[in-house]
Amino acid sequence: MHIIQPHYHGIARTAQDYERMAMSGVAAVAEPAFWAGFDRLYPETFLDYFRQISEFEPTRAAWYGIRHFCWVAVNPKEAENPELSRAVLEKMPEFFAKPTVLGVGETGLHKSSNNECEIMEAQVELALEYDQLLLVHTPHLQDKLRGTRRILEILKNFPLDPGRVWIDHVEEHTIRQAKDAGYWVGFTLYPITKCSFRRAVDMLERFGIERTLVNSSADWGPSDPFTLQQCILDFRRRGHSLQEAIEVFYNNPARYLGQNPKFDLAPIQVETISGTT
Amino acid sequence: MLNAEQVLDEYFLDARCMLIEIAATLDRYDAAGEREGTPPASPRLDQIYQSLGILADRQSGSNRAEQLLTLFSDPVD
Repeated sequence: MHIIQPHYHGIARTAQDYERMAMSGVAAVAEPAFWAGFDRLYPETFLDYFRQISEFEPTRAAWYGIRHFCWVAVNPKEAENPELSRAVLEKMPEFFAKPTVLGVGETGLHKSSNNECEIMEAQVELALEYDQLLLVHTPHLQDKLRGTRRILEILKNFPLDPGRVWIDHVEEHTIRQAKDAGYWVGFTLYPITKCSFRRAVDMLERFGIERTLVNSSADWGPSDPFTLQQCILDFRRRGHSLQEAIEVFYNNPARYLGQNPKFDLAPIQVETISGTT
Repeated sequence: MLNAEQVLDEYFLDARCMLIEIAATLDRYDAAGEREGTPPASPRLDQIYQSLGILADRQSGSNRAEQLLTLFSDPVD
């Protein structure tokens, strides 16, 4: 089956992951800018990172026939350093012009501190000014409920089209608020600790597939890119058709990401070839 | 979508496995207490037992995952 992996941190993964993703039908990945596991000290380190995900990583993915797109942002954890963040933000527009950069992401909140809120607001302004898609990280674990509410409060203060905003890492206790406000939502599947592929299918069945993206965890921590394929298998085993699966795992990301014309993979439809037996 | 019987067919062994993992974690906790003396009160342990209370109540509604996530969340205004 054709799959789009809408949230994938390729720089933290091996070439073998790309190979296996290609063999399992992944046609494209999108790589948001994220925390590298340590706090960077220099704006230039971010800029080289942005070059890596916008210039080098597409060539690595292309070896396996996978299209690679990316986002640029200062992630919420490092937004705790506003001086550094402001210096990076000044340079981000240069990257918006690159052929595979889709928008501002992942911004959002981690501990919901004042610094994080300030830098998130600055990045929302930047997305508006440059007409970019916006990918918003919500906190994990016990901070998620409070942080998601704060994020939605912040977003309400801007003249955003909610259809261009993706609220990521929602779970059962945060999905309603984000979907009801008209945003796209994302599930991020982990082998342990956070959302499982089974619960993701539960949420698809309970809250509907509209404006919903599903991605696996794929980073430098305990994660597994193939939780996405497990989710697809579980979805199909519950009796959902191939076209329904394509709607969720290919067409929805194509629709959302395709709002930026650089993402040129269009939704697809399964057809039977007539006259064959 | 699956019917009720199919849900059990598909997920019973998974649920059994996860419940046994919880039981073993609590056994491990108690064994450590027996070895080293009663540990201090822990809000995290309280959360686990509260969540088990929700699961043990057949009338607790069909949003148990949401209830547990809320239970494990920081307080909101």
